[in-house]
Amino acid sequence: MTVTPPTVAAETPRRATRRIRSARGRETWAGLGMIAPAALLLLLFLVIPVILAFTLSFTNARLISPNPPRFVGFDNFIRVFTTDPVFLQSAWNTFVFALVVVPVQAGLGLLLAVLVNRRMRGTTFFRVVFFIPVVTSIVVVSILWKFMYQKDGLINSMIDTLTFGAWAGVDWLNNPDTALGAIIVLSIWQAVGFHMIIWLSGLQTIPEELYEAAKMDGASPWRQFTNVTWPGLRPTMVFVLVTITIAALGLFVQVDVMTQGGPVNSTSTIVFHAVRKGYEQQEIGYAAAISLIFFVAVLIIALIQRWLTREKD
Amino acid sequence: MAIDTTSTRAVTTRGSGQRRAATPASEHRVRLRGRIFTYIAMSVFGIIFMFPLVFMFVSSLKPDAQILQDVDSPMAFVPAGDISLDNYFGVFDRVPVAQFLFNSIFITVLTVGLGLIVNSMAGFALSRLRWKGRAVVMAMVIATLIVPFETIAVPMVYWVAQLPTLVIEGGLLKYDFGWLNTYEVQIVPFVANAFSIFLFAQYFSTIPTSLDEAARIDGASWFTIYRRILVPLSGPAFATVAILTFLPAWNQYLWPLMVVQKEELRPVMVGMQYFFQLNTAWGEVMAYTSLITLPVLIVFLIFQRAFVSSIAASGVKG
Repeated sequence: MTVTPPTVAAETPRRATRRIRSARGRETWAGLGMIAPAALLLLLFLVIPVILAFTLSFTNARLISPNPPRFVGFDNFIRVFTTDPVFLQSAWNTFVFALVVVPVQAGLGLLLAVLVNRRMRGTTFFRVVFFIPVVTSIVVVSILWKFMYQKDGLINSMIDTLTFGAWAGVDWLNNPDTALGAIIVLSIWQAVGFHMIIWLSGLQTIPEELYEAAKMDGASPWRQFTNVTWPGLRPTMVFVLVTITIAALGLFVQVDVMTQGGPVNSTSTIVFHAVRKGYEQQEIGYAAAISLIFFVAVLIIALIQRWLTREKD
Repeated sequence: MAIDTTSTRAVTTRGSGQRRAATPASEHRVRLRGRIFTYIAMSVFGIIFMFPLVFMFVSSLKPDAQILQDVDSPMAFVPAGDISLDNYFGVFDRVPVAQFLFNSIFITVLTVGLGLIVNSMAGFALSRLRWKGRAVVMAMVIATLIVPFETIAVPMVYWVAQLPTLVIEGGLLKYDFGWLNTYEVQIVPFVANAFSIFLFAQYFSTIPTSLDEAARIDGASWFTIYRRILVPLSGPAFATVAILTFLPAWNQYLWPLMVVQKEELRPVMVGMQYFFQLNTAWGEVMAYTSLITLPVLIVFLIFQRAFVSSIAASGVKG
């Protein structure tokens, strides 16, 4: 390094800076050029719609209307919470759905992951089997379960067989008491394989030596789970809980395909209500207000979850 | 990646085999019982996860009357009796399935393909190049991750209805407004994806920069470095992003439901609506759902390992 020929060293300073500067300039242009398509698309189809949602929520805009939107202040938000019982019902249904789905799906996913993580023949086969519903479209799944949930359908007949004929049969989706529960079951069935895989990748980051050491100390399988596995899964748990919660709060397709929010709004959800208002009834401004409330709710819950499950140092 | 533990598995099984010789018979029995229990549990779950789909495929082969009759017995899961492909022919008579399938494949291929190009270039710019404003752009890309599509779907209908577009009218290229009822409205909004950009940036940053420097000295442009060095070395990242964007693109439902009314532009999921008129012919419905599920299922079974490791990779970054 130090043996640089003197001639070059004498000539370098100015020219070298210029060369570096032009290289920097080219790098900047290359960077801007290559980020441009993605940045432009994100701006057009994410940033602007977010700003638009925010702006429209303070207007009476309609999807197709000869009159330009008019600013109405907080009217939409006041209306959401005071004169729209269907919204409150939808918010409650969404909350109940998430409250059941988040722990059950996360827990079941972990159980499956622990099962298929054992060193046994055939676990790869079962991984594939448990994952197949995930690659099946939720639209297909919803239609299929709608068929199975009919009064004379497969679900009732299977329960009837398992209880030796003691089952009277329920019209699952047409009964306000069972419709949401029925949707919860199929939603968990469809998505649990996804979270099994996430848990599995978490499980496999735990070093084998820890288990060997625990076994050496005579720890039972349960003690191994609580003392080795569970602490090692902390970061995975945050991810699983956040993704399930956000997905659960966005419940829409199942409702749209299976019940259209009924019977008597017992399965209406926030997103379903927003689409019904904004798209079917064309009240875009009002739907934007609902969307904004939904977004804030998602944000708050994600932040709370992150805080609750933060690394305790 | 993380899922593929076969090599380590072989080693440890051998190790435990040696230990087993030394352990008392009772402990061996406990372990055997544990294994049997695991198999029983996995089989029960296996049945729970498979029975609806088996029922769907089997029912698609039966006439409606027999489906309803078989529901009360295990025959519901056995393709026996009056088996035929009549329901499938019925589906083709009732709806333009071929058109729907073409639309979905076209939309999915373009969304995934363009996404790979656009997002990998963005990932390259964010992870490999130093330029002014990079940190700000990176922060903004990450911020967009927290916006669920459902929250902007309805305002976006309003927005795309006003976007300018080019149309060919009477042999002339004209300027018009409104993206409703087009292919582009189903493709373009989903090309750029913050999560894909993030995955690419992560992967690129694991490739040594000495390669870039060597190429720079040889006078290669940044785009050449991206095209000739980074892309060929990043097969796994491209596979992961392709898989993660393939499923949502194929499964699009809410968005095309709102922005596409023209039958000839609709994707398969929305095409389903045609079956729920007065009397639902369930055999045909099952045939249609089987028809649109099978391609994805086959792709999944072929690339099963890649699917699983892609999903696992998406979680590690959380």
